[in-house]
Amino acid sequence: MSMRDSERGKGHGHRGGPTRTSRRTFLKSVVAATPALGLLGCGPRHGSAQARTPVYFTPDEATFIDAATQRLIPADDLGGGANEAGITTFIDLQLAGAYGRAERWYMQGPWPHGIDQQGFQLKYTPAQIYRDAIGRVEAHCRQQHGKPFAQLDPAHQDDLLHALEKGEVDLGDIPAKTFFAMLWQNTQEGYLADPAYSGNRDFAGWKLIGFPGPRYNYVEDIGKFGRPYEAPFVSLVGRDPSAYLRGES
Amino acid sequence: MAKRERPVDVVLVGFGWTAAIIAQELTDAGVQVLALERGEFRDTVPDFATDTIQDELRYAVRKQIFESPERETLTFRNSADQTALPMRHLGSFLPAAGVGGAGVHWNGQCWRFLPQDFEIRTHTEQRYGRKFIPESMNLQDWGVTYDELEPHYDRFEYLCGVSGTAGNIGGVKQAGGNPFEGARKRGYPLPPLKRCASTVLFDKAAREAGFDPFPCPAANASKPYRNPLGVQMGQCTYCGYCEWFGCGNYSKASPQTTILPVLLKKANFSYRTRCNVTRVNTDNTGKRATGVTYVDVDGNEIEQPAGMVVLCAFAQHNVHLLLLSKIGTPYDPTTGRGVVGRNYAYQITSSVDVFQKEILNPFMGAGALGQGVDNFNGDNFDHGPLGFIGGGYIALWNTGGRPILQHYLPKDAPTWGSGWKKVMHDNYLTATSIATHGSVMSYRSNYLDLDPTWRDDYGNPLLRLTFDFQPNEHAMSDYLTDQATKIAQAIPDATHHVKKRDGHYSIVPYQTTHNTGGAAMGADPTTSVVNRYLQSWDVPNLFVMGASVFPQNAGYNPTGTVGALTFWAAEAMKRYLKNPGPLVSA
Repeated sequence: MSMRDSERGKGHGHRGGPTRTSRRTFLKSVVAATPALGLLGCGPRHGSAQARTPVYFTPDEATFIDAATQRLIPADDLGGGANEAGITTFIDLQLAGAYGRAERWYMQGPWPHGIDQQGFQLKYTPAQIYRDAIGRVEAHCRQQHGKPFAQLDPAHQDDLLHALEKGEVDLGDIPAKTFFAMLWQNTQEGYLADPAYSGNRDFAGWKLIGFPGPRYNYVEDIGKFGRPYEAPFVSLVGRDPSAYLRGES
Repeated sequence: MAKRERPVDVVLVGFGWTAAIIAQELTDAGVQVLALERGEFRDTVPDFATDTIQDELRYAVRKQIFESPERETLTFRNSADQTALPMRHLGSFLPAAGVGGAGVHWNGQCWRFLPQDFEIRTHTEQRYGRKFIPESMNLQDWGVTYDELEPHYDRFEYLCGVSGTAGNIGGVKQAGGNPFEGARKRGYPLPPLKRCASTVLFDKAAREAGFDPFPCPAANASKPYRNPLGVQMGQCTYCGYCEWFGCGNYSKASPQTTILPVLLKKANFSYRTRCNVTRVNTDNTGKRATGVTYVDVDGNEIEQPAGMVVLCAFAQHNVHLLLLSKIGTPYDPTTGRGVVGRNYAYQITSSVDVFQKEILNPFMGAGALGQGVDNFNGDNFDHGPLGFIGGGYIALWNTGGRPILQHYLPKDAPTWGSGWKKVMHDNYLTATSIATHGSVMSYRSNYLDLDPTWRDDYGNPLLRLTFDFQPNEHAMSDYLTDQATKIAQAIPDATHHVKKRDGHYSIVPYQTTHNTGGAAMGADPTTSVVNRYLQSWDVPNLFVMGASVFPQNAGYNPTGTVGALTFWAAEAMKRYLKNPGPLVSA
């Protein structure tokens, strides 16, 4: 009988966000779930996501993610893009944690191909999918254009992202559609999840759409039809999540 | 050799809604009850505290409040000519693990089924004739009637503090309620929830379309409430984190907020967590359960003797246990014989997203804050010219506006890039969605059995689900979606994105956690696993709870009916404990 509990300590103690014991243990719990400590004491938070050392991504992978997510969510008239929102850091930490390791997924073989209705059937974890797929996309870029993705002009970057979305690029075992869907899903998560997870920096995603954050009591406001709700944006870790993540609050 | 625990009078497999009700009722009757739960203990404080539970990524997206398929999942295929493959992560449905079960993370949409739903074969044959029923459809009466269940629906609604407006009290229609509902003895314990901007829009549009809207019944307390057990609930604050979250405010009915404060103090009740039951044991006659075997957190196999066994796990898990324990005859789709695994059904849903100008603030919501119409549910409308069986409600639920999973985009909107940013910016606060929630009948070709290839962490074969939507359900759902579109069209200055449920059933996108059947109840042991009291035909000291006993699924969320059936079965168990034996002679 295989009991994974013994291998993992507490099988159900999944980390990666504010915990039930204290929101202030959040950062510690993220670090505890990651193989390398690259989060604390990494300097000021201005500048691009590359300013902090990635936990899972290699520097080249982080450069690719910076470039790709900035095309998926660009800086424009409506505000900053993925880089300003810290999405590379968000994805990096997710891949370094339980999600990246597919801890909650059934990962026993055999692994035959299925039909669309049967869903995900790859033997690779999200972290493995990113590593393998990014390497193959970069090889494709070098072969087609003689330079990495990040150095292509935006139009070519968009063309390649569209090709991935349509499944028109050969990424070996990993269908390009699967990689694109995962990248786009995680990018949206990084833009719209609570800033406690290091994305959605300065509430960028929530400001764009008008979501005020997790608030507790709308008993009076729910009856004020047609009126915008005006209150400061708030995160599970308070009104200044960036300061919280720097360990300053 | 398995370690052997001290015997108990009654052992419950699972500790969710049905187990909590059975435990409360049977401990009151004086017997000793033990619940075995595979997940963790959970309670409002600290697990669902408002400063941690409102975390969409952690609970709804990464699914940390649900069961984890890592050690135990099922395999799935659309039809018997395909190879079923493991569901590797959750998607279409989201069962729970942990104390409180799915009662922790449901929305609180707490319906009664229609009187005709329980006698659907008799009713359909009488109104439309026997030939109206497709040959492949296992349409069955339940063996219990609405009138028999009415007092038990009432008990569950008063336990939960359901908020709503009655539509029919003692046969007299009530203004503002659902005119199609079965007669109820008395009104809901609480008045309906507040309305929000989107439910007001729906109400007006539904009236203009000629339908009869009413506030949907909500197990979210509209006011402070003390239930008959003396447990106090707080007024819902419309924070928008019900479904897929625990309630931090004691407002959403769950075992924790309605029963456990009383039950956990009882000397004749105990529970153990992280105990995964793998078998119901029977004696050498195979006609008497002797208890269960479970695997504890350290991997030890432990035998728990008991005088009576009640399966209170999630629907398909009850069926899995019956199959692993070789209790009852497994269903054989080639011959149509056998019962365990037969009558699996689900729910068919669709939606019409609405894009209009008024600010709706969707994030101010509650899991069961909705306005609905029942004009096209059950047999509330003439099916003769339409040619299908079944129906469903149409409702606008404003469950919340959680940004990752609860935003709506117009048809053909850009899927990423600056165009995506613009449609997110332009629509999040003003878009809403009208849902249809349709019945699914049972068919010869939709069933549960054991998978020949994949196994769980305990070495047992996974359950195998073979299921697809049938033409009857597609025709019904398309018709329902057309009616929902009429309501959407009556909303001024709006555009719509009609999302029909096309094609094959897919296990990927979330639809509902309304998995039903596999251990059907009924009056005939050749087409049911349990009798009208949810007692096994084969093993009289074994009872099966939950939606696994539904012979087919109606056009409503199942929890209200699950609760009523549990109280109904508890009464029968008390009779059984005084005078053991089959409660119905086969």
